[in-house]
Amino acid sequence: MSWDWNVVEDFMPRFWDGVLVTLQALVMGSLIAFTLGLFWALAQRSRRRWVSWTVSGVTEFIRSTPLLVQLFFLFYVVPEWGPSMSPLTTGIIGLGLHYSTYTAEVYRAGIDGVPTGQWEAATALSLPTAHTWRAVILPQAIRRVVPALGNYVVAMLKDSPMIAVIGAFEMLGEAQAYSNETFTTEAITVIGIAFILIAYPASLLTRALERRLVR
Amino acid sequence: MSVENTPSTAAQEAANPAVDGSELIRFENVTKRYGSNVVLDSLCFDVASGKHVTLIGPSGSGKTTILRLLMTLVKPDEGTIKVAGEYLSHEERNGKLVPAGERHSREVRKKIGMVFQQFNLFPNMKVLRNITEAPVHVLGLSKDEAEQRARELLELVGLTDHLDKYPSQLSGGQQQRVAIARALAMRPQVLLLDEVTSALDPELVAGVLDVLRDIAHSTDITMLCVTHEMNFARDISDDVLMFDAGHVIESGSPEKIFSDPEHERTREFLSAVL
Repeated sequence: MSWDWNVVEDFMPRFWDGVLVTLQALVMGSLIAFTLGLFWALAQRSRRRWVSWTVSGVTEFIRSTPLLVQLFFLFYVVPEWGPSMSPLTTGIIGLGLHYSTYTAEVYRAGIDGVPTGQWEAATALSLPTAHTWRAVILPQAIRRVVPALGNYVVAMLKDSPMIAVIGAFEMLGEAQAYSNETFTTEAITVIGIAFILIAYPASLLTRALERRLVR
Repeated sequence: MSVENTPSTAAQEAANPAVDGSELIRFENVTKRYGSNVVLDSLCFDVASGKHVTLIGPSGSGKTTILRLLMTLVKPDEGTIKVAGEYLSHEERNGKLVPAGERHSREVRKKIGMVFQQFNLFPNMKVLRNITEAPVHVLGLSKDEAEQRARELLELVGLTDHLDKYPSQLSGGQQQRVAIARALAMRPQVLLLDEVTSALDPELVAGVLDVLRDIAHSTDITMLCVTHEMNFARDISDDVLMFDAGHVIESGSPEKIFSDPEHERTREFLSAVL
């Protein structure tokens, strides 16, 4: 097997296109997963049964079906009777939605981990429920779960090549297309290294946050 | 102070002086069960405004449950509790007594403050904000007013230098004194003290008790205190209630209870703890 730097150089413009798509999917997907997951976690604790049951059912369903199927569904089925979206937008929503069901569990554990004494102190001070959540419970819960959320960002990065199947050409999609067109293999190696270069700092950051936040 | 309790009420009434202030807290036939375990059994008692009452008795006798009922952390299974003339866990609707809604409970319990065994400070807030949070968001004080009030209270508990620290940077005794300041910042009529020194290292207990003695002697706040510190109970109490198995078996002035208890159970308990 030979290694040709000219191939690498030739791949670079498309590589950067792919990196941009990967990073967009990762950042936007994470934001959706973080906010939607928190929403699921809170809705699951609703006193209205139909709300908590519906949310538990929906998140369990999404968590138990493959991301790939969900991406196909969002891209090919939803437009039949709903909005049709660009591949990248669909991919971001798919990743964010799928991972929100995992982050929901993370938030749930974080919320359960706040000692009951905190709720009791808030009650003793007559703090309204919404304010107790905002000022007392969530800051403590989220501080505990930031490391776990960070792990899901890395996991999402590793799942991001799936969005290529609906035409959102992130790093792997670009590399595969390029390799097929040119009968070369260098591009795949390049993006393999690129994944490490994104993932490793991300896990270092997670670990640093863990040291700072979890006391 | 007057106590009625299913067994032996007459003797206790005779032993107790008549209520001199208006009663601030009234328990009427309050029963609380956990499963088949009856923690409080048809309990009746009053606490007059401004009195300092200490609840003593073996663990599991229902003392802490009384404080938790008053703070609406648990609800009575039977009976009613009134604070300053208003039902706590019930409200009157169309002349009928129904379980209280959250809004009603919140209004009534604003009159009550509580200090917990485990302090329960908010670890994500600095000391000053721990104290100002509720006055600002519940009483509607301005931030400046609340901070002014907090500084005065921190001076009272001797922690002026620590207002910019997080609770985790303080010793247990200091945390508990912040918790006392936090409870007082709401200007409650009643202060509930739930074994406030039990979680402290022995050398830190005195500092906390000194602060509470100060408050007891310099304010007219009503105190309900569950404690194993009998000397402290003797110092601050107007009345002592001896609990056993969900009943008040004896009550009276600290002098009487500690020096000349009538009930055999009280004697046993005191000889074990003193």
